[in-house]
Amino acid sequence: MGLLMSELTALTLKAALEGLKAKRFSAVEITRAHIAAVEAARPLNAFVLETPDKALDMAAASDARIARGEARPLDGAPLGIKDLFCTEGVRSTAGSKILGNFIPPYESTVTANLFGDGAVMLGKLNMDEFAMGSSNETSAFGNVINPWKSASGGNRALTPGGSSGGSAAAVAADLCLGATATDTGGSIRQPAAFTGTVGIKPTYGLCSRWGIVAFASSLDQAGPIAKTVEDAAILLTSMAGHDPKDSTSLDVEISDFAPFVGKSVKGLRVGVPKEYRVDGMPAEIEKLWQDGIDWLKDAGAEIVEVSLPHTKYALPAYYIVAPAEASSNLARYDGMRFGHRGEGRSLTEVYENSRAEGFGDEVKRRILIGTYVLSAGYYDAYYLKAQKVRRRIADDFDQAWQTCDVLLTPTAPSAAFALGERNADPIAMYLNDVFTVTTNLAGLPSISVPAGLDAGGLPLGLQVIGKALDEGTVFSVAGALEKAAAFRGKAEKWW
Amino acid sequence: MAIDAATVRKVARLARIAEPEARLESLASELNGILAWIEQLNEVDTNGVEPMTSAVAMAAPLREDVVTDGGDAAKVLANAPKSVDGFFVVPKVVE
Amino acid sequence: MTDSATILKGRTGDWEIVLGLEVHAQVASRSKLFSGAAVGFGAGPNEQVSLVDAAMPGMLPVLNRFCVEQAVRTGLGLKAKINLKSTFDRKNYFYPDLPQGYQISQFKSPIVGEGLVNVDRDDGTSFSVRIERLHLEQDAGKSIHDLSPNETYVDLNRSGTALMEIVSMPDMRSPEDAAAYVKKLRAILITLGTCDGDMEKGNLRADVNVSVCRVGQYAKFRADGDFKHLGTRCEIKNVNSYRFIQQAINYEARRQIEILEDGGKIDQETRLYDPTKNETRSMRSKEEAHDYRYFPDPDLLPLVLDAAWVKAIEAGLPELPDAKKARLMSAYGLSAYDATVLTSDGDVAAYFEEAAKGRDAKLTANWVLNDLLGRLGKDGLEITASPIPAADIAALVALIEDGTISGKIARTVFEHMWAGEGAPSAIVEKHGLVQITDTGAIEAAVDKLIAENPDKAAAVKDKPQAIGWFVGQVMKETGGKANPAAVNEILKAKLGL
Repeated sequence: MGLLMSELTALTLKAALEGLKAKRFSAVEITRAHIAAVEAARPLNAFVLETPDKALDMAAASDARIARGEARPLDGAPLGIKDLFCTEGVRSTAGSKILGNFIPPYESTVTANLFGDGAVMLGKLNMDEFAMGSSNETSAFGNVINPWKSASGGNRALTPGGSSGGSAAAVAADLCLGATATDTGGSIRQPAAFTGTVGIKPTYGLCSRWGIVAFASSLDQAGPIAKTVEDAAILLTSMAGHDPKDSTSLDVEISDFAPFVGKSVKGLRVGVPKEYRVDGMPAEIEKLWQDGIDWLKDAGAEIVEVSLPHTKYALPAYYIVAPAEASSNLARYDGMRFGHRGEGRSLTEVYENSRAEGFGDEVKRRILIGTYVLSAGYYDAYYLKAQKVRRRIADDFDQAWQTCDVLLTPTAPSAAFALGERNADPIAMYLNDVFTVTTNLAGLPSISVPAGLDAGGLPLGLQVIGKALDEGTVFSVAGALEKAAAFRGKAEKWW
Repeated sequence: MAIDAATVRKVARLARIAEPEARLESLASELNGILAWIEQLNEVDTNGVEPMTSAVAMAAPLREDVVTDGGDAAKVLANAPKSVDGFFVVPKVVE
Repeated sequence: MTDSATILKGRTGDWEIVLGLEVHAQVASRSKLFSGAAVGFGAGPNEQVSLVDAAMPGMLPVLNRFCVEQAVRTGLGLKAKINLKSTFDRKNYFYPDLPQGYQISQFKSPIVGEGLVNVDRDDGTSFSVRIERLHLEQDAGKSIHDLSPNETYVDLNRSGTALMEIVSMPDMRSPEDAAAYVKKLRAILITLGTCDGDMEKGNLRADVNVSVCRVGQYAKFRADGDFKHLGTRCEIKNVNSYRFIQQAINYEARRQIEILEDGGKIDQETRLYDPTKNETRSMRSKEEAHDYRYFPDPDLLPLVLDAAWVKAIEAGLPELPDAKKARLMSAYGLSAYDATVLTSDGDVAAYFEEAAKGRDAKLTANWVLNDLLGRLGKDGLEITASPIPAADIAALVALIEDGTISGKIARTVFEHMWAGEGAPSAIVEKHGLVQITDTGAIEAAVDKLIAENPDKAAAVKDKPQAIGWFVGQVMKETGGKANPAAVNEILKAKLGL
């Protein structure tokens, strides 16, 4: 004993688990430290619901298991849970007003896996409404503030990215040892890049979607946001696994991902897709990318230039597929069986008012687009076309795997921007996901690793993309980048 | 394929979202902006390309025909805005 | 095959009816199509509802193997093409008893493709109906409108139950043919065991597509397959009895003809049949133009069937009504009509075959079809609930065959059997119903009768049909037990006819 609270919250998950195992501190102690950090960090607005009592109960149970010598892999690790995950007996809102005070009588498979391994829930994390957004500004619970501030941008509040903005901010600010997140077009990786954290979107089907509020079913994947690559590997190992309740869950054996971190990348062929050099990309990002290439070359990897010719069509295809699926997935929020019910003189009016009042503008916009592109007469021109383009994008990757084992790209085209800066133009906002969305369409694993700072001192991320179910190699390459980049940045505490 | 206010009204009705008349024009122009940007997909030759509906290339798993769920109306109704005697209660449906 | 199109006379000329049916058959499964909640009837509200059925956030569908197998079985029974790859689509619309806001169905690629059903009419003629497709889909919940004046109550017990929707081509031309088609379909489903066919519970119900056209237009449609030759159709939803199917069609056809003859136009719409008023009415207002926005359900992957599995299912199919009918005709020498009625219900056919073992098949068929089915019908009983076992019918027929009792006495015995008095031989014994074949006893009765009625005996020589009176008297005298043939013979001899 004798560690300060701030020392406990500064630990990595890996170090904390070792400390708990060695009984240097208890689960209750490290949980209390995090509860205090969460309370102190309310100005960040990262949590929409704090569950300190539940956290302490879970921590006490962990301590009891540790004392009995029955410790589970994550016993005593305080985590934040994105509010898209339904948590039994704990209000789950998906960042929307329409769910009202919805209290699920069930636990999502992913959180059940984590809690079954002994993890402790600190509370529910803020997010873009229904995970639709890239800046966390569409949340019904208000903006999340990025713990990082730009040296050149005065004291302006920055976005932590989205949609998993609460998850990324909470991890970056040491409010939790790790967090669950989800990624439909970049919602894990872009916030990770904006906050100097690590985030991985695994292969589609690796984590069960059961109990996660659906945005776009064929693209949604859960994954962790963590402080280090190894922490991400530890969390994903617990979160992943076949679930017979999800028809799209992959029936594969999940290996322990942690040992892949630190494995040599010697001889690996790293592809650099030329189409990711987009117009207007900041020089700093261009340079960081080159640094990444050099680091991996130094580590013994072979660099190959590859072509993913349909990259630029990924975003427009995504903005048909995702809204189309969402328009249907969100039809169940109708005020009949749960959630917000508006007033009206007829059934139709009640429907229309419930949904008009319950959904925010971005969600409505996407429902309208999705409804339109599926409607009679437009299906072929939009939806079918997009699904065909999606196939071409997936084929591009298959082609690339002929000559390389992983791909290296920037995660996002910019560093964190100021809140409010890009709200006027939806497309400008959508362009945040230009480098990430391709792997959602193709279902491939991809990770964002913090690799440097921009001129204003804001973190920037590099993305590693792997073949389907090749998370191991992705972690190895991410580990090599992390080591070479020696990223030590931490947001200066201002809250 | 430009969207006008009437189209927005129709689509909003299909989606059961009340949109005030005053918003229809601006929504139409927003949606048109997004759709115009999406139009670039037409540059891609997709002749003979099989549409991709899922990122997993497997067949639907099948479950056995056994009763494993249900039998708990209270659980199902717990979050209902209104329920009476085990029923969900909703505004009058006129057929 | 014969065409027996109904011709309806109008003010401006003759019209024909064209009918196509979409039959919804509930799969006889224990659990639902995509969830593990029980399927059943009579449970308390929302007691058979899983979180999936209630469309709670994040809930996902997982397909029931048994339901898939039943769809394949049914497809094979309809002599239809089984599609080894099919997909599930979402049909999007809002309704309080549709929790997801969409119904999972098979729109683009159904599990079963084109098939054919042969249907027999009561008059012995037959026709065939082309099956367009069979697909699997979810049923909706139930809205109850009469429990509260200003609100609707919703019970989701039925929500998510597996349905097979069997879509026919517009191959029926009269209300009777439509009903006969549903009857035949029901017999096939029951034989296969894929649906219990209970129409009262709504486990089998039909949407009837009705259109009318001028005489001759239908023939053009059949020649080139172009629907433009036909009139605009209206879909009458959820009709659940043979009688209502026919009444609804009759009303709807008349309604359409009146509109057309007044120079109007038929709106393609969904209508509801109200049996109490015997009319159809529009179900949804016109502004609610439907646009279901079908698209592949991203929560479900394609359904892929193993060809060997399908073959194994085919090998295990029971004898279907058509084959059974042919066999009954050839093996038992039954008429087409008798064979059709017997095979309209697999249980009836099985009962008959058991009763007919070693007996005169025609005689047995008469007893089953006329006496037993008539009596069961009167009491509203299924043959499986018959108080008379098949073996007893066989024993009764045996008593007739060996002359122990007459056909007439057999009816009396049957009544005792129905009352639960046991085997027919015991009943005959107990009630002394053995036929009198002893000519001495009959002769004595005849002699007595002639002696007592000399005038009648004289008159009968001029009016031979008056012998009937003597027969009746002898039968009365012997308590009906005299062998009628013997009585006749002796009377003729003694009266000098």
